[in-house]
Amino acid sequence: MTEKVKVRIDGEVIAATAGQTILEVARANGKYIPALCYMEGLSAVGACRLCMVQVAGVARLLPACTTPVQEGLAIDTTSAQLESYRKIALELLLAERNHVCAVCVSSGHCELQTLAQEHGVTYVRYPYNYPRLTVDTTHPRYVLDHNRCILCSRCVRTCAEIEGAHVWDMAGRGIDTRLVSELKRPWGEATSCTSCGKCVQACPTGAMAEKGWAVEEMTKQRTVVSRLTSMREGQ
Amino acid sequence: MDKLKIGTCWLDGCSGCHMSLLDMDEGIVAVLRKADIVFGPLVDAQEWPEGVDVAVIEGAVSSQDDLKLAQTARARSKVVVALGDCAVTGNVPSMRNGIPVRTLLKRVYIEGATERPGSEPPVVPTDGVPGLLKHAEPLHSAIKVDVHVPGCPPRPNAILFVLSELLEGRMPDLGSKMRFG
Repeated sequence: MTEKVKVRIDGEVIAATAGQTILEVARANGKYIPALCYMEGLSAVGACRLCMVQVAGVARLLPACTTPVQEGLAIDTTSAQLESYRKIALELLLAERNHVCAVCVSSGHCELQTLAQEHGVTYVRYPYNYPRLTVDTTHPRYVLDHNRCILCSRCVRTCAEIEGAHVWDMAGRGIDTRLVSELKRPWGEATSCTSCGKCVQACPTGAMAEKGWAVEEMTKQRTVVSRLTSMREGQ
Repeated sequence: MDKLKIGTCWLDGCSGCHMSLLDMDEGIVAVLRKADIVFGPLVDAQEWPEGVDVAVIEGAVSSQDDLKLAQTARARSKVVVALGDCAVTGNVPSMRNGIPVRTLLKRVYIEGATERPGSEPPVVPTDGVPGLLKHAEPLHSAIKVDVHVPGCPPRPNAILFVLSELLEGRMPDLGSKMRFG
């Protein structure tokens, strides 16, 4: 499918291919739309709500990562309203679990922390939830800290779509949703896990990390997924 | 012109933010030309004085004493600054919040005690120590906060910027300069 369409993003006329999403077109043209659950090379799920954009003639906001472009769409990616909603989304993510940046392996390399800073979140207006959550240290090489998980599902999709093992899933609903490995087995006992570690690299926060690192020491290879996908597409 | 008055205190924190405050090198001289520090860990005053211009508060609100001091500081100060992640988010002190206070104190003082032969059985201390609140909460959950300065600790030059702006009568705009952690 190579049908060409023209869209207008923030006033600029941009040529795109039908089937591409707003987010893909925007990023390909150097326009920045923030996102946490989107990762190049994975399917898009529209979970984090940070990439919401305003499309002319549509009353509600639409997630840029799951909305395909159509001929003549006029899209606003920045406005005071969008900015205020993105800030709310970030604050709610920070309030939902126990994100203690000061003691996190990923501090300084965390996408949630960076986005909060970029959006001028200097404090959280909502009451913190303080859930009591577990840390799964059963895997010999990796650790899963539910306190830092934002349920973006990048690990789920990386494991299912790239590694083909589908170890991870979401269990429960709403605020009780938890990331689970192999139908709630401890990670270390998940027999389908190949220990490839791509879920760890895909995780935007410190929820998944390699063992053995101290505060601020865990850096991740963010391009591992997109690199593998593009190499496979080239075959 | 009369000098302005700064008061500082730390609640449930590690004093690291105060270390960062003192770490602003010669910047502190410029601050002290404009203001006196009338209350704080290095000042003799026993009670938060009236008529403070800038209250700089480190730490989460974790005990009854924390709450009382925060409320007094708020009532007697024009501007309140939450200094550092504990005051802004609850940070490390808030990591106890998932555990009931009774269980927490028992774990620390009873189960965590090393028994020596002939010694009294361990008890949870109640005399001379403030009662813990259910949660260690950010400062703005207890009192109105005017300026939030995240960081663990905030960098000295950020604290200097905030104080300098406030002493000039401006509200500091930290924008995207500061991050949590």
